[in-house]
Amino acid sequence: MSTYPWAAGYIDDGDRPKVVTSRFHLEDGYMLERYHATGGYDGLKAVLKKSPTEVHDEVKTATVLGRGGAGFPAGTKWGLMPAGKFPRYLVVNGDESEPGTYKDRLLMERDPHQLVEGCLIAAYAAGLSQVFLYIRGEMPLAHERVANALNEAYAAGYVGKNILGTKFSVDIVLHWGAGAYVVGEETALIESLEGKRGEPRLKPPFFPAAVGLYGQPTIVNNVETLSNLPWLAINGTAAYTAIGTATSPGTRMVAVSGHVNRPGVYEIINGTTTFRDLLYGEEFCQGIRNGNELKAFVPGGGSAPWFTPEQLDLPFEGRLVGAAGSMLGSGAIMVMDHTTDIPKAALTLTHFYAAESCGQCTPCREGGTWLERVLQRVVDGRGTRADLDQMFEIGESICPGNFPHAASSKLGLEAAPFPYKMTTICFVGPSAYAPVHSALTLFRDEFEAKIVERKHIPVSVGVVDDHH
Amino acid sequence: MTTTEPSAANPDTEAEAPPPDPNAVQITINGRPHTARKGQLLIDAAADAGEYIPRFCYHERMTPVGKCRMCLVEADSGRGPAVTVSCMVPVSPDMKVDTESPTTKRMQEGILELLLANHPLDCPVCDKGGECPLQDQAFSHGPGESRMLEEKRHYEKPIPISDLVLLDRERCILCDRCTRFADEVAGDALIHFNSRGNNTHITTFPDEPFASYFSGNTVQICPVGALTAQPYRFKARPWDLSQQESTCTSCSVGCRTVVQSSRDELLRYMGVDSDPVNHGWLCDRGRFNFESVKSDQRVLQPLVRSGDGFQPVTWNAAMAEAAALISEALAAGGANSIGIIGGARGTNEDAHAWARLGHDVIGTPNVYAQMGDGLPNGLLAESPATIDEAANAATIVLLAPDLKEELPVLYLRLRDAAAKRRSRIIEFAPKQTGLTSYAWRHVAYEPGTQAAAVAATLSDADVAVQLAKGNVVIVVGRANLAESSAATIAALNEVRAAVPGAKVLTAFRRGNVVGALRVGMRAGAGGLDTRGMLQAAADGKIECLVLVGADPLADFPDTNLARRALKAVPRIIAVDTFLTGSSQQANVVLAASAYAEKAGTHTNLEGRVTALAREVTPAGSTRADWMIAAELALELGTDLGYSSVADITASIAENVSGYEDVTVASVAGDGVLAGVPTDLDAVEIPLPAVPERNAYEYRLVVSRVLYDKAISTVQSPSLAHLAPGATVHLHPLDLERVGTSDGSEVKVSGTRTSVVFRAVADDTVLRGTAWVPFNQPGPNVGELIDCFAPVNDVRIETI
Amino acid sequence: MSRLNEANVMLAKEIIGRYPKARSATIPLLHLSQQQNGYITDDAIAHIAELVGATSAEVLGTCTFYEMFKMVPVGKYLVNICGTMSCQLLGADELMHHAEQTLGVKAGGTTSDGLFTLEHAECQAACTEAPNMQVNYRHCHRMTTTNFDKLIDDLRAGRLEGEIPVHGTLARVRQQIPADKAAGVASPDAPVVPAWMPEAAQ
Ligand SMILES: Cc1cc2nc3c(=O)[nH]c(=O)nc-3n(C[C@H](O)[C@H](O)[C@H](O)COP(=O)(O)O)c2cc1C
Ligand code: SF4
Ligand code: FES
Repeated sequence: MSTYPWAAGYIDDGDRPKVVTSRFHLEDGYMLERYHATGGYDGLKAVLKKSPTEVHDEVKTATVLGRGGAGFPAGTKWGLMPAGKFPRYLVVNGDESEPGTYKDRLLMERDPHQLVEGCLIAAYAAGLSQVFLYIRGEMPLAHERVANALNEAYAAGYVGKNILGTKFSVDIVLHWGAGAYVVGEETALIESLEGKRGEPRLKPPFFPAAVGLYGQPTIVNNVETLSNLPWLAINGTAAYTAIGTATSPGTRMVAVSGHVNRPGVYEIINGTTTFRDLLYGEEFCQGIRNGNELKAFVPGGGSAPWFTPEQLDLPFEGRLVGAAGSMLGSGAIMVMDHTTDIPKAALTLTHFYAAESCGQCTPCREGGTWLERVLQRVVDGRGTRADLDQMFEIGESICPGNFPHAASSKLGLEAAPFPYKMTTICFVGPSAYAPVHSALTLFRDEFEAKIVERKHIPVSVGVVDDHH
Repeated sequence: MTTTEPSAANPDTEAEAPPPDPNAVQITINGRPHTARKGQLLIDAAADAGEYIPRFCYHERMTPVGKCRMCLVEADSGRGPAVTVSCMVPVSPDMKVDTESPTTKRMQEGILELLLANHPLDCPVCDKGGECPLQDQAFSHGPGESRMLEEKRHYEKPIPISDLVLLDRERCILCDRCTRFADEVAGDALIHFNSRGNNTHITTFPDEPFASYFSGNTVQICPVGALTAQPYRFKARPWDLSQQESTCTSCSVGCRTVVQSSRDELLRYMGVDSDPVNHGWLCDRGRFNFESVKSDQRVLQPLVRSGDGFQPVTWNAAMAEAAALISEALAAGGANSIGIIGGARGTNEDAHAWARLGHDVIGTPNVYAQMGDGLPNGLLAESPATIDEAANAATIVLLAPDLKEELPVLYLRLRDAAAKRRSRIIEFAPKQTGLTSYAWRHVAYEPGTQAAAVAATLSDADVAVQLAKGNVVIVVGRANLAESSAATIAALNEVRAAVPGAKVLTAFRRGNVVGALRVGMRAGAGGLDTRGMLQAAADGKIECLVLVGADPLADFPDTNLARRALKAVPRIIAVDTFLTGSSQQANVVLAASAYAEKAGTHTNLEGRVTALAREVTPAGSTRADWMIAAELALELGTDLGYSSVADITASIAENVSGYEDVTVASVAGDGVLAGVPTDLDAVEIPLPAVPERNAYEYRLVVSRVLYDKAISTVQSPSLAHLAPGATVHLHPLDLERVGTSDGSEVKVSGTRTSVVFRAVADDTVLRGTAWVPFNQPGPNVGELIDCFAPVNDVRIETI
Repeated sequence: MSRLNEANVMLAKEIIGRYPKARSATIPLLHLSQQQNGYITDDAIAHIAELVGATSAEVLGTCTFYEMFKMVPVGKYLVNICGTMSCQLLGADELMHHAEQTLGVKAGGTTSDGLFTLEHAECQAACTEAPNMQVNYRHCHRMTTTNFDKLIDDLRAGRLEGEIPVHGTLARVRQQIPADKAAGVASPDAPVVPAWMPEAAQ
């Protein structure tokens, strides 16, 4: 058996350790009864026997990397909160919207109690007095499952006042979004949770761990990050670090989509699994559809610069991928075969980030849309050669200096490593440029093929938006 | 002597290095060392070092948001040059900043090009053209052209966001200045970002305009021409304007302004960022009432009564007539039968000349600048606080009228203090005010019980702890015109007894009232104040009344007394800019110059003396008040020796207690704080017994709102219609008890007469009280006020 | 009329009570209002502003930031076709084209019977199951023109009422925090050291 109809997308072929997906094969894995029967809340019970500091130290030693995109170790992040300042909050980032990313929704739909337990462990260890679980609005099933899990957990005494008869008391409040990708950015998430427009805050000067929700120390952690904690609490640091590599321990959930034979969400071993394994391996995607050729792939969510077959042997490891000119981001790989219309694929992503710009900072608000409109013109066959250079120019106003890209022996290009400089507040602006930059750098001929020189350039229609 | 003493005290030894300043941070800007202050933002530090970093969203008086990205520079804090938002990032030790590196320049060009991508190029018809930061910075830091070929964003052209301000969303660059101002400075978050991404724009909620008293500031701080003010739109081009710094005299806060004109016509007032006073802000009344100066209703030449009307005459004839009236009065009743009311509208010099005319030439002690709506002038001598002291006090005790309505920019300063949690406000008021929601404690009292309410509150342990936390400033003013001022003084005495070190900021309202009182427009020995003069007049004891820019019929709380007084006085001389209800009854009207038509000095409520500029030629043959006084004195046989404003400024410095340091030079800029007057008596007025309120009656509370029938408002077309009109406000439950509903007419009866008002349900009004705004178009609440009664109770019935 | 009804005001107050600051409940209350009326009206915004202590302009600003809030009435079923990369690579454009033809409206339009509003949507977190769409935010994976037609038929015939509630209703399970089990809000204005932390013992 490879997939489970109730967990569409998830595939567990192969003999890999399961840290966060161990209940995905169970149809009722989201119910408290089943959760109990499979070791649920044992982690919490184990943790409550230790001091918060001990638990915090374990998470630190295990190097549980953040799974939301930045890959910052959770234990270290918790330690950044100013000592003695209370209340502190935990905001769970369940806003999963990065193009290609599909894992947090599964975790919330399939194993909500695991997430709840993870939240409780984090709250206990880091002294967080209230938890807000922010779920993306367009996920009603996840919302229902988590609401149900919380209701069960409150009734059973796992959440709320004096948990399991101890002094540990914490409420978990379920909150839901309303459709805005940028709200996944942690400071925008906080703004949104305060009832405001989801506009990212500038950091520095303040990171949420110091000044977050309501100006208090706040930890923002991704759903998958927190879902790791119950397993860690039961099995211990040594077992956790035994999986993966020293810099990237544990497992990761990765969604591989696009032109592969068996697209799916896989829990893979961190740091060692290569892109080739993932795209071609028998236990993973089993190759490119119709025996086609691989043209390019996005290794880490829509904002990541693109790779070509030359990068297939890189392992799924943050630093190596960074040095090769891209990033792992949220664990989302999108695969393009040789039939792909590259400019059009880039346009899809640029359109996404331009449309999802919060609009507060100039380069993203103006630059993203401008890029999209120029690219649209090119894709529609109304572009000029000057437009191609223009796109780099606009991009440079968003990201001055070198923009990361992959090596290409065919083009004689060396890799330009991560990160980039940016004139924007957050990464949405640069993300609108990343696909254009990759596509234009690696596949310029495909753009040129679309250019038909003309004297007059038809002008596209202006945007008018007025709610009243 | 310790070793840290400055070496100057020890001239024989080698100069020792001064101790390192703990607040100094050494940085390098464009290769040059610079000492910045700890915590200072990079953008400000650079400005101090002479490097102006371009910006749009950054404004020194508001929280930085780092949205426009224009201020990006390369700064190296030890880890190599990094893109740094200079408006958000504070300086750090040894930071190296390059505001001219290629990357910095590339970023600035890029941002400007992006800002211009959707910005219409309608500069020739834009009010901001010529003084536009976007235009200027595009010129100095921009790429020179926009390469965007696509069509720009389109929105419906200017939409009104308030009665006074229009918004052109196509020009808007979304810098968040107006919205931040509305939310964080004015506390009226009524304009806001709407929609998202490239469609983001500013709007108000449908049918809920940005009805802020401070809306004009948004026009001033908008870095493009997106926000324009109705009174200024399309009136002039910035390069045609001449301008001078001055002081707003619309109320006694004395905000620093720039007065601008073109071809001898006043066109615009702008706020000046003065640290101690207004932080750059103005209220809309102060900003837009320049229209009244240009009104075609102005009195342009002297008038002499002829039958029911007036006859224009020459100044010689008018002066002769005025002198004759005074001489007749002197002959008929002696100097004590002459009264002079007013002086608060003019300059210190105007008031001083009139005070000398009254006291020294005519010899009457009956001179007074307040209109019966203030408090005893002796308060000015009691440990005065500055606005800054109030806005930085640990505790602010308010025994004042609604500052948002009466002294709007003082409201902004105190609101800021409370909103930023520097200060806690303890408010005592008969009705909720603009500051109530920011108050730590709000105590509503029924008129007559003020002192008791204060005493009870101060006995609370938490309050005592708070008052012990540090500086306490009491802001005291007349919160209710239908109640004796003695009640306020009694309440003040309670606070002072509990907090002996407290300082007092006197919230007197009218323009230069503090200046006028201090330079001499106050009663001499045995003299009468305004109420006394009006009462004496009504009793037939005043032979001649001089109204120096005073309109008792409009401003004196007890209209009935004012009317009887003016009727009974045989001779009235009015010095005025307009024919008001009171000056219309004069025998002779001396045409006075208005604001911005005369130079001089002004004293604000904290005693700050600043300059007033003459920016335009006086209208018609009008003259400054001081000139009229000097000539009248000559006509009466005395030369005051004044031939210029400077003469009088010098005379004030010489003769007025506290004004020793006031010179033409010292009043420039933020001016000079006058010393504490030593010639004002301590305030002692007995608290009259307050009668019990009959359970069927309502205790009257009367106070002002920003827009009323004040002549400068009425004569400014943009403002006149903003006066809300006279209505009686009752708590909703009281309205129910009366048996009527919101919007219906009710009969309000006092001891003398009844007045019909429309009733308004208002839960900011205390139960058992009835609030009516003063001096509004419509029925006159002044008819119900007996200024000798400790409180005024009224009956309210349905019709 | 489109203010929150009495039952929803009760619910709104309960929701507000879970947050240290009332304004945090803005989005949940907007959802509640959309559930009640199918879309967001100006009256609803004014009412929510009252409830959370913000100005109407602020609530409007929040509301218009988020795609899910509709300021005009939409169909009973909101059909969102994902057009982001993975779906686009696997036929989203064709699916959209087919949907426009079948429903007889362009993306953004509502069918004349008021049943369907068709929208172009962004990534729905189901990329491995492309092409995807949602009906009232219920995921429909691996769409083909055939199963699109079947889905529309079923919706028209009312065969999916149990599974897909009308537009506005998100989750049908709500969180309940029983009063006797609640730990209580952690207000920044009344800082308390968590009882289980070592600092609390000092
Ligand atoms: C534009 C943008 C969108 C993001 N979206 C998400 C998201 O949907 N889910 C998420 O968990 N993190 C997202 N992140 C990352 C968060 O900002 C944050 O780093 C993360 O939630 C921290 O959790 P972790 O440390 O557990 O990874 C996003 C970041 C950016 C810049
Ligand atoms: S980069 Fe875009 S999304 Fe991010 S803050 Fe700026 S405008 Fe908003
Ligand atoms: S002035 Fe710094 S970002 Fe606008």
